[in-house]
Amino acid sequence: MLDSSFLDALGLIATANADLYEILWLSVQVSITALLVSVILGFPLGTTLAISDFRGKHVCTTVLNALMGLPPVVVGLLVYLALSRTGPFGVLGLLYTPTAMVIAQVVLITPIIAALTYQVMDDLHREYRELFFSLNIQLPKAVSAYLWDARYSLITTLLAGFGRAISEVGAVMIVGGNIDHLTRVMTTAIALETSKGELAIALALGVVLLALALIVNGLVTAVRTRASRYGYT
Amino acid sequence: MTLKKTLQIISIALFVPLESTLAGADSIIVQSSTSTKNSGLYDHILPIVKEETGITVNVVAVGTGQAIKNAQRCDGDVLLVHAKSSEEKFVAQGYGVKRSDLMYNDFIIVGPNNDPAGIHGSKNVSKSLSVIATQRALFVSRGDDSGTHKAELRLWQASGADPAGASGSWYLETGSGMGATLNIAVGMGAYAMTDRSTWMKFGNKGDFKIHVEGDSRLFNQYGVILVNPTKCPNVKTAAGQRFIDWLLSDRGQISIGSYQVNGNQLFFPNAK
Repeated sequence: MLDSSFLDALGLIATANADLYEILWLSVQVSITALLVSVILGFPLGTTLAISDFRGKHVCTTVLNALMGLPPVVVGLLVYLALSRTGPFGVLGLLYTPTAMVIAQVVLITPIIAALTYQVMDDLHREYRELFFSLNIQLPKAVSAYLWDARYSLITTLLAGFGRAISEVGAVMIVGGNIDHLTRVMTTAIALETSKGELAIALALGVVLLALALIVNGLVTAVRTRASRYGYT
Repeated sequence: MTLKKTLQIISIALFVPLESTLAGADSIIVQSSTSTKNSGLYDHILPIVKEETGITVNVVAVGTGQAIKNAQRCDGDVLLVHAKSSEEKFVAQGYGVKRSDLMYNDFIIVGPNNDPAGIHGSKNVSKSLSVIATQRALFVSRGDDSGTHKAELRLWQASGADPAGASGSWYLETGSGMGATLNIAVGMGAYAMTDRSTWMKFGNKGDFKIHVEGDSRLFNQYGVILVNPTKCPNVKTAAGQRFIDWLLSDRGQISIGSYQVNGNQLFFPNAK
C-alpha cells in the first residue's frame, strides 16, 4: 500500500482541512477526558486495594486484572443499552454524543488504571509497610510517600490508559454513531474510509493517529526526563 | 448506579460547551442504511438541507436491520432504509408514523474479471445464483440483516439454491457493512451482491467488474419514515417532518437526482 496513492493521501492530509483537525481534536478531547475521569476513579481504587487487607481481596484483584481485557464492543453495547432512549439513562439524551464516548472509554480504561496502580502500590506497600509501621508513620502519610515514589510508574499507567482510549474503535462506534461533525473520531474515520474502499486515505489517517500517539508519549518522556534531572539535585 | 451518575455529571460538566454548540434544537438523528452513506449521497444533500431548512442532520449509518432496531428503541428521529416489507412492519407496529417512497437504484452482482462461474452478461439473477451454487464459486454475503442482505436472501430463495448449508465453504457471511464486505470479496476473488451506488463510489475495486445487472428483481427501493412521537416522546417531530417534507419535495428530489459520481447518477428519486 506504500505506493503513490498512499503518498498522495498523506500529502492531502498534511495540508489538512478543517475537518481533519476537528476529528483529531475530538479524539484528543474524548480520550483525555476519559483518562482524567479514569484516574480520579482508578488511582484511589488501586491504592485502597493495595493497602487494605480483607477477605476476598484476591478475588477483587483477579477480577480487576481480568477487566483489563474487557472487549470494547461489549462495553459499547452495554453503554448503548444504558444510554438508549428506552434504557435506564435514556432520559439524559446522551446517546450519540461525545459524552457517551467518554463514558464508554471510562468503563474501558478505569480497570487498566486501577489494576496497574494496584500493582505499583502493592509492591511498595510490601516493601515499606513494616519500616513505616516501626517509625510510627500513619497510613495517609505513607500513601503520599508511595505516590511520590511511584510517580514515574504511574505516568506509564496513564500512558497505557491513554493508548487504549485513543486507539479504541469498537465502543465509540456503537455509542457515538460515527456522526460527521459530531462524534467522528480518528478511529471511526479510519473504519469509514476502509468501508468506502479508500484504503490509502484510511492508512494515511492511521499514520496521523500514530503520530499523535508518538507526540503524546514524547511529551511525557520529555517532562519525565526533566523532572528526574531536577529530582536528583 | 450512583457511580455512573457521578461519571455522567462529570462528563456533562466537561462537555457542555462542546455539545451545546453541536446538538441544537434543529438537529435530528437519522438512522440510516450504510449504502446512502458510503455512496456519498449525504455529503451531497445535507449541506443543501442545512442551507434551505436550517436543520442539522446527524446520520448514524448502521445497515437497515440495525437501523430499524435502533429506531424501535427511540434512538433516532427519522429512519431512511431500504427493505420495504420491514419498513411497513415498522409502521404497522406503531413505531413509525408513515412510510414514503423516496428513491431507488438497483443491485448488481460483481466479481473478479476472470469470472469463475461464467455468469458475465446474464440478465437473469436467479439463474446466475444457481450457477454460482452448483459451481461452488466463492460468494461473499453481508450476513447482517441489512436491506441488501434481505434482498439477497430473497433472490437465493427464488434461485432454488440454499446457500445457508454451504456457509463457511463457498458461501461466506461477513456480518459487516457493504464496503467491508466488498473489501473481503475483492481480497478473496469472490462474487458479491451490492447496491450500484456503493459500488460506483467504492475505491478498492481491484480487477472486479459488474457481471449481472438489469434484472427487474434487482430493483432497490428506499423509503423514509418519521419515528412515531407517541411511542417515542423524544422525537423531534417538527424538524424530522420538515426534513422528510424537503426530501419528498421537488427541491429534494432534484437534489437527490443531481448527485453524480464520474458522470453517473446514483439514486433515482421516485416520491409520489
